[in-house]
Amino acid sequence: MKLTLKVWRQKNSKAVGEFKTYQADHVSPDMSFLEMLDIVNQDLIMKGQEPIAFDHDCREGICGMCSLMINGVGHGPKTAITTCQLHMRSFSDGETVTIEPWRALPFPIIKDLVTDRSSFDRIIQAGGFISASTGAAPDGNSIPIAKPDAEQSMDAAACIGCGACVAACPNGSAMLFTAAKLAHLSFLPQGKIERHQRVLNMITVHDAEGFGNCTNMGECSAVCPKGISLDTIARLNRDLVMAALKGLEPTVGIPVEG
Amino acid sequence: MTGVLTLYRTSVGKKVIMALTGFILVGFVAFHMYGNTKLYQGPEVFNAYAAGLRDLGHPVLGYEHLLWIARVVLLSSVVLHFWSAMALTGKSQKTTAANAVGTLKRYGVQKRQTGYAAYTMRYGGVLIFLFVIYHLLHLTFGAVGYNAEQYQHPALDLKNNTYIYNVYNNVVYGFKNPWVAGFYLVTMLFLGVHLFHGVWSMFQTLGLNSAKYTGLLRGLAILVAAAVTIGNLTFPLAVYFGFVQ
Repeated sequence: MKLTLKVWRQKNSKAVGEFKTYQADHVSPDMSFLEMLDIVNQDLIMKGQEPIAFDHDCREGICGMCSLMINGVGHGPKTAITTCQLHMRSFSDGETVTIEPWRALPFPIIKDLVTDRSSFDRIIQAGGFISASTGAAPDGNSIPIAKPDAEQSMDAAACIGCGACVAACPNGSAMLFTAAKLAHLSFLPQGKIERHQRVLNMITVHDAEGFGNCTNMGECSAVCPKGISLDTIARLNRDLVMAALKGLEPTVGIPVEG
Repeated sequence: MTGVLTLYRTSVGKKVIMALTGFILVGFVAFHMYGNTKLYQGPEVFNAYAAGLRDLGHPVLGYEHLLWIARVVLLSSVVLHFWSAMALTGKSQKTTAANAVGTLKRYGVQKRQTGYAAYTMRYGGVLIFLFVIYHLLHLTFGAVGYNAEQYQHPALDLKNNTYIYNVYNNVVYGFKNPWVAGFYLVTMLFLGVHLFHGVWSMFQTLGLNSAKYTGLLRGLAILVAAAVTIGNLTFPLAVYFGFVQ
């Protein structure tokens, strides 16, 4: 396969970026998308040019490092997979493929296609935990949890925090990420107790980090490599209304700019 | 106990304000459409309906009391709905403008994955807002869109000390103007799309949606949007094609 790549190149977060066109002439349909980029980078290195910087780690769809907006869709044209799980057979010979980084205020571009997603970590720090001291690992089934609750908690816990939801959202909102992290805890007895305080704290940081506001479009769920459902967002909304009715105040400090 | 301010301070809180005020406004448009179907029962019934709105809740409530309560509630709903939308949109635009490809485009290429209705909410909302202003100046105040002598203001009936309404006349003359009728028709289509996303979205934002009910709520949204839009579209068309004279 021969492909034409239009790749976003940007030296650092301050520099002005631009699209550059590259030819990938020796692409096998069995390559993963990231392997294809490796080959292109090898060529660039041999020519003495700067290789394309992109995020990757496990290359099996569980770490959440790979990102990439491919032809205008987060993680490319296939549903419910990450970029590293995308194979070149999903593209046709001679196609032009546009590759861009996630674009949102809380995800500064570090270089080319690499973005800084530590704003997600700060949302987690605001409430992605339970504050009870748990001691050693408890015996399995010592706290009975209903099967449907366990299932829904696990579905939400599948979130790998890749940021595709923010990238796809026309509002740049991180509601799906935040909602998944909340639902993962609030379905379980250990996490249920603090659910209202937790939602308030995490949304406060979500807003302070500069994420946009959800308008229930569903673009996030459509590109989510783990297929997290919009139900989690409804659950977040319900818990926030409860927090307001209970008169709770946020107990987190708002992160300082920079 | 300033926790209630969460609704004002957080993004989700502002959305809850939009959902609650939206609920009131959806109720209004549905009632407005239903009431107007009396147009087809002739001038007497329709004019009596207009007069009757002022006497709603009689004899418990006084003349025009409920009407004024409704007006205040509706106006505050519009103001709050609009204010929340502006605040939320402003912040979202700041988020997506950063690291964007250009001033107008966020991505070089971006493909829509979900329905189009949600994308029209902001434009539709502004259009509907402008329409409401025109609609009031037109049919309520008779200030625009009529030729001389066409609009009949409420006349004082000194004998019974009440007003006589001829809104039937005003509707018929009002929609005879093709520009006015055209603007009305276009806005109703946008209103339909706005309701299709808005009614479902309202439940989602209030946290009343789930995988179990989402189909049902989508169905309800289609029903409300279709009923209001189709109902409202028939009025100017009926006048324009002479079914109502």
